[in-house]
Amino acid sequence: MKGQDVRIKDVGKNEGRLVDLDVGDIPKLPPPYDNWQDKPYSEVSEEKRSRMDTSLDGIIGLRLPRPKSEAEKSELVAKFLRGVEKLFSREDNWTFLQPFLLAMENCVKCNTCADACPIFEESGRVEIYRPLFRAELLRRIAQRQRSPVAKVLGKLTGADIDVTWEMVARLGESAYRCTLCRRCAQHCPMAIDNGMIAREIRKIFSQEMGISPPELHEDGTIKQLTVGSSTGVNQHALMDILEFAEEDIEDRIGMKVKIPLDKAGADILIMHNAGEFLSWPENLEAFAILFELAGLSWTLSTDLVGYDSVNYGLFYDDIQYTRVTLAHAQIAKKLGVKKVVMGECGHAHKAFMAVGDRMWLEESNIPRESALTLMEDLVCNEKIMVDPSRNDFPVTLHDPCNFVRSMGIVQPQRRVLEKICPQFREMEPHGVDNYCCGGGSGFAIMQSNNFPDWRMRISGRKKFAQIINAFEGKMDPSINKYVCAPCSNCKGQIRDLLTYYDAWNRHHILYGGLVELVVNAMVDVREGFLEWEFH
Amino acid sequence: MLAIQILTYVCVLLFLGFIVGRVVKYAKTPLHLRWELYPVAHEKGRAAYGGSIFEELEWWTKPRQVDRIGELAEMLREIVFLKGVFRHNRPLWYFSYPFHLGLYLLVGWLGLLFMASLLFVFGIALGGGWFGYLVRYLVAICGYGGLGLTAIGSLGLLARRLGNRDIRRYSAPVEYINLVFILATVVTALVVHISYDPWFGAPAAYMVSLISFSSFDVGSQLPAGILVELVLGSLLLAYIPMTRMAHFVSKYFLYHDVRWSDEPNQRGSKIEFQIKGNFAYRMNWQGPHIQSGKSWAEVGTSDMPKADDSGGEKAKEVQA
Repeated sequence: MKGQDVRIKDVGKNEGRLVDLDVGDIPKLPPPYDNWQDKPYSEVSEEKRSRMDTSLDGIIGLRLPRPKSEAEKSELVAKFLRGVEKLFSREDNWTFLQPFLLAMENCVKCNTCADACPIFEESGRVEIYRPLFRAELLRRIAQRQRSPVAKVLGKLTGADIDVTWEMVARLGESAYRCTLCRRCAQHCPMAIDNGMIAREIRKIFSQEMGISPPELHEDGTIKQLTVGSSTGVNQHALMDILEFAEEDIEDRIGMKVKIPLDKAGADILIMHNAGEFLSWPENLEAFAILFELAGLSWTLSTDLVGYDSVNYGLFYDDIQYTRVTLAHAQIAKKLGVKKVVMGECGHAHKAFMAVGDRMWLEESNIPRESALTLMEDLVCNEKIMVDPSRNDFPVTLHDPCNFVRSMGIVQPQRRVLEKICPQFREMEPHGVDNYCCGGGSGFAIMQSNNFPDWRMRISGRKKFAQIINAFEGKMDPSINKYVCAPCSNCKGQIRDLLTYYDAWNRHHILYGGLVELVVNAMVDVREGFLEWEFH
Repeated sequence: MLAIQILTYVCVLLFLGFIVGRVVKYAKTPLHLRWELYPVAHEKGRAAYGGSIFEELEWWTKPRQVDRIGELAEMLREIVFLKGVFRHNRPLWYFSYPFHLGLYLLVGWLGLLFMASLLFVFGIALGGGWFGYLVRYLVAICGYGGLGLTAIGSLGLLARRLGNRDIRRYSAPVEYINLVFILATVVTALVVHISYDPWFGAPAAYMVSLISFSSFDVGSQLPAGILVELVLGSLLLAYIPMTRMAHFVSKYFLYHDVRWSDEPNQRGSKIEFQIKGNFAYRMNWQGPHIQSGKSWAEVGTSDMPKADDSGGEKAKEVQA
């Protein structure tokens, strides 16, 4: 079926794929990409299709196993409906009961959310990606399940639907077509959060049915809680990585820096997304250089979970979220630090400082702050000396949604960039009105099957358009350009976008964090910290 | 007449009951995790661009400056002008605004009638003095303004719901019924009052009868339209809180308890006390990684099943 023609009542139909995605529906990019031709979405193999559900749009994100019998289907539907019921229970869902209940009962279906959603827009307005679509489907299912009035007058309220396995499967997969960027919620006059509803759907699948993307669960939170990090880096591997980082610092700037480990009573415990250790060690190194030269008292933790700030539970599962949060809090308490500083990771900021704020209790309630405000203090109050001419190339800033919309950290990163980058320019829109990179809510690490095809063509397209618009007039490949993305997940997504659109080779657009720019500008550091190599 | 009066009493009680029930339901939910969304209106000096106290170095050492005036101003802009709709959905605002403004005027109209009737019941007749005339004209302005604007707005919203493909697709029959019900009520009232009762004497007399528990006797010439208006108005009053039209109640919680709820948790605070209570809830989730039946505190600090190493290698590849 064509994406623009789908209706809610179609979701339960047992007729193969609900939507046939067509790259021809995607809006054109601005120049010089106005003639860019996207390749069609790749089909997953027949063998995979026989194992995993692809009935929503042919894309696999959730990796939903296909039931082998009608009895198995019925059992899964029953589990799903039990999960729906639990979302309305204070014992099972105190964490989000009030916002969920309010969002379920008060949407007036004005569709204001639709025009706020970059995924809906960049898909060519495919109905299943409309923010209202999945929320309204869950509402109707819940009404059908819970309201005695709806059982009798279902036709009047739209709740006259039969909950089939096909409907459940498509709803579950559709919850992974929203990056939880919350732009729709910001535009909603009623303050209803469709992103939060998508997350609640994910919770049903994980917490009741035991189904979640392996990148987030088995290889994410479980790996983090058992091995120490979602990257698979255990404590021994961590020591090797840190040793390598110290050597690399010396190679880059000719300076010896010893990274302090498990220093009890330090002022600062810095927590990085461990993805930095493997993919962008220069970020970890830049923080070490900055903190040492600024004379700060700081440490890293080598405890299980303590060297990885990620908390993928934030994306799909409250129980895993709670476990990781409590583990982080215990580590901070054990070290007796004065504060925890969050490295450049948006969702970790939100998990530690905003959403998790109410889980850091009693003695473990150690204050937490953003590295962005700390950097602003060091740079703007001239506690370190900088030479902006070292960063004299076009720089634009990507605002991670978690910093801006979810936490209100808007200005510090701008003040730093204005101080150290003479050619800083904003994307439009920016700040709390920004667009998601397209890799939010775990998408940036969901690299399997054909999910990246969807991420590149649809969820990340708006961001790529913003990037090339920000560099308008500077697209000549002889001009080095830098997208500052102070968040690991966003960096991963922007790396993939620049690769897919070949923007490094064609236009010399590089990406990286904020601290790398700061260190690159520091007069006490040998020139050339920033290496113009794409990785 | 008595039957209509009884109907009105029942409808008023239903209205109050459902509204109170809704308030209690939302107010009694346990304290949830923070889920605010910026801009937060009470962030002093930062609300305009969406900033927060998290922008401060060592923010917990700084006094939290809550700008209640700014919050109130934002609430008024939202309530009085429907700022959110105006900014993000202008085509809707052209109908939604007169509709809501009309309803506000009708609430004012009812309030004025109630006040004047109460004074009358207690023996204070407004009479023909300046105050009496003021009330009389205010009642007329609120009445006709409210009825007219609500009629225009509801007709426009109905047309938009029918005419806009995107909205029509997601509209259930009840959404049309709601608008038709309101439209029918206000159009009936408009026609009746323009034709027979231009100064709203009958509703005023009816209000007096309701307050004083006396019979509603306005003579033999009472047009049937008045009775229809009273019945429709009463039924509408009872119906509204049973539907999503009661979002005026929910909006308070959506803004104050969710969107703008950014109070930090401090050691020994009420927030900490409430959350500790929540951690004692026993969960019943059945996922394989969850120890169903145990408390949040127990599950949150429990050991995880061991993962195999191959998964870790795979994760490493994924991250790289």
